[in-house]
Parts: sequence; C-alpha cells; structure tokens
Amino acid sequence: MTTVPISATSSPGVVLEMLYSMRVKDAMTGGVVTASPATSLHEVQALMREHAITGVPIVDEGRLVGIVAIGDIIEALDARTTDARAMDRPAREAMTASVVTLDDEMPLSLAVTYFDRYKFGRFPVLDSSGRLAGIITASDILRRLLIALNEEIVRMEQRMAGRQRAAEGPVPAVELSFGTAPLDFTRAGNVSARFKKALVERGCPPAIARKVAVASYELELNQVIHSKGGVMILRVFNDTIEVIAQDEGPGIADVDQAMQEGYSTANEWVRSLGFGAGMGLPNVKRVSDEFSIQSELGKGTTVRAVIRWSKD
Amino acid sequence: MRIREMASIVDAEIIQGVFEDGELAGGYTSDLLSDVMAHAKTGEALITIQAHKNTVAVASLIGAPAIVVCNGRPVPEDMVEAARDEGIAIVRTGLSQYEVSGRLWKALRG
Repeated sequence: MTTVPISATSSPGVVLEMLYSMRVKDAMTGGVVTASPATSLHEVQALMREHAITGVPIVDEGRLVGIVAIGDIIEALDARTTDARAMDRPAREAMTASVVTLDDEMPLSLAVTYFDRYKFGRFPVLDSSGRLAGIITASDILRRLLIALNEEIVRMEQRMAGRQRAAEGPVPAVELSFGTAPLDFTRAGNVSARFKKALVERGCPPAIARKVAVASYELELNQVIHSKGGVMILRVFNDTIEVIAQDEGPGIADVDQAMQEGYSTANEWVRSLGFGAGMGLPNVKRVSDEFSIQSELGKGTTVRAVIRWSKD
Repeated sequence: MRIREMASIVDAEIIQGVFEDGELAGGYTSDLLSDVMAHAKTGEALITIQAHKNTVAVASLIGAPAIVVCNGRPVPEDMVEAARDEGIAIVRTGLSQYEVSGRLWKALRG
C-alpha cells in the first residue's frame, strides 16, 4: 500500500513546520466521486475505471457510511464462481463500514501519522459538521508539500536579504529569541519554559518569573494557535523584563475585540485541548506593568509586555 | 497533605511517580489552560480532564506539583515523559472533577 516517505517527527525543521502549519483541507482533493449505499458493485467498479481511482466513499444524505476499495471489488469478482450475482449486490453489503477519517482542520502532520499507522491508501476527510469534504492520498500530501517548499524557499531568500537589525535603546543584559510553529502543540510551551528557566537561573524571584511565564506562555500559544509562525523574544534589563511576540500574520481584524475576555476565534479542535478560551491577551495584560499590541491584517501582530523587577 | 496522601484520598493511581512528595497548598479545578494560568496558585494540585503534554507545560510554568487526571481519561506517554522531566506527579482517578475537588476540600479545610 501507499506510504508517505516523510516522518511527522524526525524530518528537518522546515518540513515539520509546514506539516504542522498546513491543514488537511489544504492538501485534500474536494469534489469526491461517491456512490450511495444502494449503488451496485458493478456501477462502483465502473466509477473506479472511469475516474482512475481505487476507492469510492459511500455516502448517504451527505454522511459518510463506508468505503468500497478496489480489494472489495476483486473479492466480489472472485465470488462470482459461486454466486453469479455477486457484482449486482449493493455497495452497503461489500463496503467497509468502520472507516478511519480525518477532520479537515487537523494539521497535515496528523495525516502523515495516520498513513504511517494504518497503511491505508486514502482517508476520507470530514468537515466540522461531519459531512464528507474530500479525500486525501499520500500523493496529495507530496504535491502540497512541494508547493509549500517552493514558497518557503522564496520567503527564506527574502528574509535573508532583509536581515538587518536596527540597534537602538539600552542593551539588554540577556536576550533570548526562539521561533514558534503554527499548530505545533507538541512543542508549545517550550519557549516559555526556557524563558522561565533563564530567569530563575539568574536569581529572579519566583513571583516575577511566574508573571513572565504567564505572559510568554499566552503569547506563545497565540502564535501557535492563530499565526503563521513567529518569534518570541525575552530581554532582561536592569529594572524591567520585556517579552516581545512578533508573528508573520495573518493579523488581528479587531484588536479591541481580541482584548475582551472570552472572545476567541479558535476552532473546536483547538478548544477541545483546553485552549482558545479567549483569556490569552487579557491574561498577558493583567500580569504586565506595560502592555502594547500592534496588528495589521495581512502583515502580522507584535505584542510587547513589560514586567518590572519590583521589590515586593 | 502530601501528594501521595492526596492520591489515596481521591482513589487515584500514580501514573508518574518521579516527584518530590511535598505538601500541597490546595487544588485548582479547571479544563481551560488559560484559566489555570490566570488563577491557580503555586503549590496547588491541578484537577482536570486535559490529559496531554500541554497540561504539563502549564503546571510547570505556574508551579503546580501534581496533576489529577479525572474521569479515568487516558494519559499519553509523551505527557508522562514531560512530567517526569519536570518532576511533576500525575495521578489518575475514575472520579469526576467535582468529586475530587469535594474530597480534597473536605480533607484540607473541612
């Protein structure tokens, strides 16, 4: 069976970031050829031949109820030696009813993991209302990755060309910066953990380190959940600690709304993990002594949170 | 109340046992990680059904020494590993968050 020659855990960083940042719906093929449970296996076989496909999802009123794979057809053809009408049977009698599906909002990395785990040639993709939205094969993923790799290389070249930093203001005693990747929940929180460790190692009082940890964790998770990726910067000065979160888009449409507690644009999948409660930015502001946010649609968002080394 | 004592009060099995069995300041019950970040106090056990690696990250950042996974939810291996690295206890019980909170409240304050 088809496998994907990419690992969702041990590929180079750029490829991993792509697998995390793209959704299943970005790579799947829509407009799937389907049949009804009553369609005969003869007709299903004709569909496979006509469209050069090896599996046909069986759909009843928009709901996926099973899948007839080419193996099922071969079995029915074999069975004709004892049952002349084997190919006249309806799809519902030959289909696999317990189908492993993917959700269209899941990260593409999960699709790679599924291909590896189940050794199926294809997975039907369901939308948030549980309806069949498309189908994804290993070659869909490869095609999409090639396009994304091309785009990323163009971006990297542009970034390298523009990499000049303006040195202004006081020089921090410590400066750390780490990148974040979209929807990479396995590494989410690592940046904040490093920031906190760096502060604790330098004798920062636990109460202050905690404030910085809260601010950086919320900002880091915002980048993971909502952005196309970004960078988190920690700068330690004599009297203040600065956390800067800068991302590459998509930007916030209404910043005032985003600052309201309980307002969130996170999808159901993200919420089921305990994120997307709409408390992130308000939490950051609450622990900060100074807070600013700038956002432009299509460009990105920069948040600056400053926490003072207070003596209390 | 120490962590192992707390585990027995809430009928929990210890899933991640590499930790220092220190005194608990209390508990905080929530499934919203931002809410935990905002309101849980250092030293409180985190009572939740969010059994994944990010729960450990939050517990570590706010200084929660133990996570009580409720309703017998499965605990993935990467969560156990992350907690072991951080020295955070994971205990799991078939009880609900309500029941766990009630028992701990009674034991600590009742």
